[in-house]
Amino acid sequence: MMQIPLGHILVLSSLLFSIGVLGVLLRRNAIVIFMSIELMLNAVNLSFVGFAQSMNSLNGVMFIFFIIVVAAAEAVVGLSIILSLYRSRRTLNIDEFNLLRW
Amino acid sequence: MILFYLFALLSVLGALGVLFLRNPIQGAMSLVGSFFSLAAVYVMMQAEFVAVIQVLVYAGAIMVLFLFVLMLLSLRDEGPSFIRWSVGKVLAVVIAFGIWAQLALVLGQHDPEALVPQIVSSGEEVDSIKLIGQLLFTEYLLPFEAISLLLLVAVIGAVVIAKRRYPGSSS
Repeated sequence: MMQIPLGHILVLSSLLFSIGVLGVLLRRNAIVIFMSIELMLNAVNLSFVGFAQSMNSLNGVMFIFFIIVVAAAEAVVGLSIILSLYRSRRTLNIDEFNLLRW
Repeated sequence: MILFYLFALLSVLGALGVLFLRNPIQGAMSLVGSFFSLAAVYVMMQAEFVAVIQVLVYAGAIMVLFLFVLMLLSLRDEGPSFIRWSVGKVLAVVIAFGIWAQLALVLGQHDPEALVPQIVSSGEEVDSIKLIGQLLFTEYLLPFEAISLLLLVAVIGAVVIAKRRYPGSSS
C-alpha cells in the first residue's frame, strides 16, 4: 500500500485546526464552540498519526490514546458546566455570560 | 490515494458544516461525519487502532454525549445573532487565516519528510494492538494509572456540577 505523503496530512490537519479556531472565534453558541474545540483536538491527533507513521514509531499512537481520554474527560466536565449554566441563565449565548469579565 | 483525498475533503466539509450550520444538532451530525472520514483516513495511514478508537470514543461516545445535552436543552436556532459581522469578527477571521497561513508557510518552506529522522523499518507490523498493549503496561504504566484517576475525577465532577439543586434542599 502506498504511503500518504506527510505534507498532505499536515495540510489537512492545519485546515481542520484553522476551521476549529474560526468556529471558536465566530460562533456564539457554547456547545458549538465546544464542538470546534473537539475539532482542533482531532486536527492535532491527525498530525500525531502522520508523524508516527513517517517515523515508524508507536509513541505517537500512545499520545493519541491519552489525548482522546483527556478529551473525553474534558467533554464530560465541560458539558455539565454548560448544563448548569443553561439552568441558571436559560441561554447558551456566551455574550450573555460576563460574570468573570473584568 | 484518491480515497485519501476524498475522505480528506469529506472531513473538511464536515468541519465547515460545524462552522456554518445554524442548528447545533445539524452541526453535531456533520461533526460525526467529519470524525468518521478522519477514521477512514487513519485506516489508510495503517493506524487501525487509532481508527477504531476514533469511531468508538469520538464518533460514538463523545458525540452521543453532545447530542444528549443538545436534546436536554432543546435549543432554538441562534437567531439573528448567528454570525454578526463586527470588527471583532473580522479580526477573528484574520487571526484564523493568519494561523493557517503560518502553518502553510512552514510546510511550504520545509519538506516535512526531511525533518523526521529516518528510522529504518524493521519489517514488522508497526501499529499492532499487541505492541500497543505491551507499551501501555510497561513504559506508559504511570500515565495509564494517572489517566484512570483523571476519568474518575471527571465522572464525580460532572455529577456534582450538573446536579440539579432543588429549591427546598440546603446546599
